Amino acid sequence: MSILGGGIFKGMGVTLRNFVGSYFRKERLTTNDYSWRPENKLPQSIGDYPKEEGEQLSDTTTVNHYSRNFPMLLHDTGEPMDTIRCVACRICERECPPQCIYIEKSTEKKEDADGKPQFYPAKFDIDVSVCMSCQICVEVCPFDAIVMNSQFELSTPDRFGGLLVRRDDLLKSNDYYHKIHPQEAASRDQKMADEKAAKEAKKKAAAEKVKAAAEAKAAAAEAANESKKDTE
Amino acid sequence: MTLAAPNYELLHQEGLETSLLEISMGPHHPSTHGVFRMDVKLDGETVVDLKPVFGYLHRNHEKLAENMTYLSSMPFTDRLDYFNSMTNNWAYALAAEKLIEVEVPERAEYLRVIMAELTRLVNHVTLVGFFMNDLGALGTPLMYAFREREKILDLFEQASGARMMCNYFRFGGLRNDVPEGWLDRTREVVDRFPAFLDEYERLLCENEIILSRTQGVGNLSRELAVNAGITGPMLRASGVNYDLRKVDAYGIYDRFKFRVPYTDGDTGDCYDRFMIRMLEMRESVAILKQALADIPEGDIIGKVSKVFKPKPAEVYGRIEGPKGELGFYLIADGTTKPYRYRVRPPSLINLTVLRDMCLGGQIADAVIILGSIDIVLGEVDR
Repeated sequence: MSILGGGIFKGMGVTLRNFVGSYFRKERLTTNDYSWRPENKLPQSIGDYPKEEGEQLSDTTTVNHYSRNFPMLLHDTGEPMDTIRCVACRICERECPPQCIYIEKSTEKKEDADGKPQFYPAKFDIDVSVCMSCQICVEVCPFDAIVMNSQFELSTPDRFGGLLVRRDDLLKSNDYYHKIHPQEAASRDQKMADEKAAKEAKKKAAAEKVKAAAEAKAAAAEAANESKKDTE
Repeated sequence: MTLAAPNYELLHQEGLETSLLEISMGPHHPSTHGVFRMDVKLDGETVVDLKPVFGYLHRNHEKLAENMTYLSSMPFTDRLDYFNSMTNNWAYALAAEKLIEVEVPERAEYLRVIMAELTRLVNHVTLVGFFMNDLGALGTPLMYAFREREKILDLFEQASGARMMCNYFRFGGLRNDVPEGWLDRTREVVDRFPAFLDEYERLLCENEIILSRTQGVGNLSRELAVNAGITGPMLRASGVNYDLRKVDAYGIYDRFKFRVPYTDGDTGDCYDRFMIRMLEMRESVAILKQALADIPEGDIIGKVSKVFKPKPAEVYGRIEGPKGELGFYLIADGTTKPYRYRVRPPSLINLTVLRDMCLGGQIADAVIILGSIDIVLGEVDR
């Protein structure tokens, strides 16, 4: 260091460079430029973003493939309550860290999408003012019935009832899930199909085993009968 | 430890009646980094006594965790030190993995290191910005720091779905793989980071105002630092070569070539603590470059049963967090919930020497000494 204040002037040079540079290079800007976004409406899903090539990095990406806000319940194609995946096993209610889920199990069974009689949630409420968007419920669900929604425009004038989301409002179709999280939804569907196939294969193997055992038993009985005959 | 004697002569000067002034700084003082209070006793502008008062942000983290399953407290660890959710997750996952036998896949180990080092960059760059803010450099350094931090937080968001409350680590691996193209974007950010550091050093490190405000202020001797259990950059600034990444070599840190910056321990002042962080960022970039070059393809999570029910055991998992040694102490009793859950927060333990560093100094220096400790009240109070 030679002159007093030299370090300060050096620093001033840096700020000057950043000031001038911010007009030419976007990464020198200390704020984000939102002017390219739709004027009257905030984007709701990844499809709404008019993204340019390589745009993603320098802008805040509020909606992406893994974005999570609050949970939603999934149903397959058809009437929501006829094809609901949730069977009210209440694992998510137990595991939820801030305890924001409330479930009441139905008293009678109803056929699900596969035609199998299942219980269903008579009540399924999520208090989104308590929910902390941690995604634990999604991970513990054995039926892939609950996933994260990415909708974030949820403001309401009623802070108690308005933020308590009921079952029918939580229900969303699998197609909607494919729209907001394409990669995740595809891999989840694949996983479910694999599990189903494995289950069926297991069932088939078990049935064959039972059949083989029965046959063997019958053969043994026959042999015993014959030996009995021989002794007679 | 020696305490500076208060200048009581002033009290008895002829014709001038003075007394000590008690000030309660905080809990909403802008320089206390959150809801934190310092009861300061002043003689003029000299600090005669200082008592840190905390607990305003107590959220019962440990007791809550004892009443829920092991996995459920993972999102709560994000909220300990909310700048470094990734490393908090790692420390907890590391402790829980000691309870069960699980092998973390190679790719997950690499991603863990990448996430932890990115977190260290985020933490140190933010700290330097806030430290300058405390010094009175309002705006510019902090805005530059936040600009760079935002680029890394974008990466976190793309990988985990959240900027700050990532909740990304799981026992035995990670929650999900990073999206396509993420590693390339990370490489881009990491490659550009040293240029920013050069610029940042040009902006700050020779500035005469910073030099005169920080050098020789808040000295912490090596003996006191070790005796008080100080860890992290603050300990290394006091001249102790101690870094858990080298000592424990947890994860796969033994595979990377990096240096641990530490001083000769002559001063251990605020400037040392500031510079150590600047140097550490360079080493983090070096680790990141190696990890990004070597990362293999493969699984992201090991074989862990869905119900986490470990056998009775006592474990302590610790990592070198950006602020110091972050440890989780767990006692399992064979159920799905921990019997005892304890966090060793680096912020709280580093804060204990605040009084010793501030005594005899100016009240304005107390602010920057607190800033150089690098505390986050979410972790201090838990």
